[in-house]
Amino acid sequence: MERSSPPPLICLTQLNKWYGSLQVLRNISFDVMPHERLIICGASGSGKTTLLRCINGLEPHQSGRVVVDGTELTDAPKTLEIVRREVGMVFQSFNLFPHLTVMENCSLAPIWVRKLPPDEAQATALSYLDRVHLAAHAHHYPSELSGGEQQRVAIARALCMSPKVMLFDEPTSALDPVMIKEVLEIITELAQTGMTMICVTHEMGFARRLADRVLFMDRGEIVEQGTPDEIFQHPKSELLATFLSRILHGASAAAI
Amino acid sequence: MALDARIPAREDAASRLLDKGMQPQSTAPGQTAEHFRQKVWLTWALLCALLGAGFYELHLDFGYVGQKLPFLLGIRLSPDGFIQGAVLTVFVTGCSMICAWMIAVLTALGRLSRNPVAFAIATFYASLFRGTPLMVQVLIIYLALPQVGVVLGGLTSGLIALSLNYGAYLAETIRSGLMAVPAGQREAAMALGLPRWVASWKIIAPQALRLIIPPACSLFVSMLKDSSLVSLMGLWELNFLAQSYARSSYHYMEMLLAAALIYWGLSIVFELVQVRLERRFGRGVVARGRHAAGPRNG
Repeated sequence: MERSSPPPLICLTQLNKWYGSLQVLRNISFDVMPHERLIICGASGSGKTTLLRCINGLEPHQSGRVVVDGTELTDAPKTLEIVRREVGMVFQSFNLFPHLTVMENCSLAPIWVRKLPPDEAQATALSYLDRVHLAAHAHHYPSELSGGEQQRVAIARALCMSPKVMLFDEPTSALDPVMIKEVLEIITELAQTGMTMICVTHEMGFARRLADRVLFMDRGEIVEQGTPDEIFQHPKSELLATFLSRILHGASAAAI
Repeated sequence: MALDARIPAREDAASRLLDKGMQPQSTAPGQTAEHFRQKVWLTWALLCALLGAGFYELHLDFGYVGQKLPFLLGIRLSPDGFIQGAVLTVFVTGCSMICAWMIAVLTALGRLSRNPVAFAIATFYASLFRGTPLMVQVLIIYLALPQVGVVLGGLTSGLIALSLNYGAYLAETIRSGLMAVPAGQREAAMALGLPRWVASWKIIAPQALRLIIPPACSLFVSMLKDSSLVSLMGLWELNFLAQSYARSSYHYMEMLLAAALIYWGLSIVFELVQVRLERRFGRGVVARGRHAAGPRNG
């Protein structure tokens, strides 16, 4: 991919973050091009989730730059608003709004943030719910759905804002194998439409199939990055090799 | 009547079990809930009958009660043309509820604030008014303040004291409700780009209210009864009237029982309102089955 062609959608430069005296992100720099599918992996506590949350400003960073679609994240609420409008996020624990129906979950932000008329927002919501095969459940409450269904609603909810990039934070970690499969299928379908995405996951089989590029993190640093083939077949560092052998021995789920 | 609130929860739990494909109960869930409700009503009716029979056995002077009831209820105005009895009690409670609610919301926000001055003011106020007796607060406002030139009427003093006292307790209730909403809810709202106030109003507040309503309603029922303290300042509310009629006619049992029953009736109205509010804000959380449970009005 040439540097001269389209500008990167996300550009991180020398990002550093501390919790008190503990440094959780160290000199993170990378770009994400439009339509690129980036997978971030690494052991628990390596800073993957924190990194993802820095991209839409859920976590403030202490030094370095985060630029999303030409807007640099600063302390100004305005920049947060602009960036969050263009960045969809899917959480490990779904975080659906339990007191709102599936339809209300999906149409709330388009109505209040994009200022869509309610009927238009609902029509959009319905089309995305259809894409995650849940249009029939539009008037149910989240508690009436299975975990996999809830996560698919969460994906639809994020898509309803027509984001330019989607962030997935371990979207299947709270699910059983059957539900993992249905959620991964939805994400794969989404990837095929050309959506730019960054996904933190422990599902290595999925990562290998989906990713254009894989980042491996350890203790807040990017240790290695490359194509799935480079990362999974030819790990250069000892750390990555150990991590992979642990994951592959431990999880048969990676075969899905 | 108060127990009615629990029945929907049973129904819902049962139908949800069915919904998730878990084992059905030995009897159909609707039937079980219906039986439960019938037995609740029957037991209530029996207890009420027992209570009534007890009153009958006391050979009370029901004629006297009938004669004084319009005054106790406040259907008639007092000799100086002011509201009295239960109407005054409800008026005092209602006004204090509104004021206490506003004070409490501000105090709760202060306690959750990062601003040290707001935090200090909120904690100072809550500590002071929870740490001193309501009776003393009422008397300070009504009897002691005139000494320094602040003269407030009985009604005003009563409203101020009740509002400040209950506002302090309610603030803690509201704070605990706000803190109990998972952090992920606000994060999800922010990640969608919702402005802070929309997130607070549409996402956080409704979920917090679900948790705040039961303890807040308890506080208001308690306030209804504490409103009798305004009689200290010469207001003819329910308790005061009952006592004075009782004293003058020596019908203590009749008048005090009548007052107690009126207080109880008013509390039941509060409880019914509570049931409705809980249903309103429990939507989605008290999971309804997909095959929504039938009408369940008690």
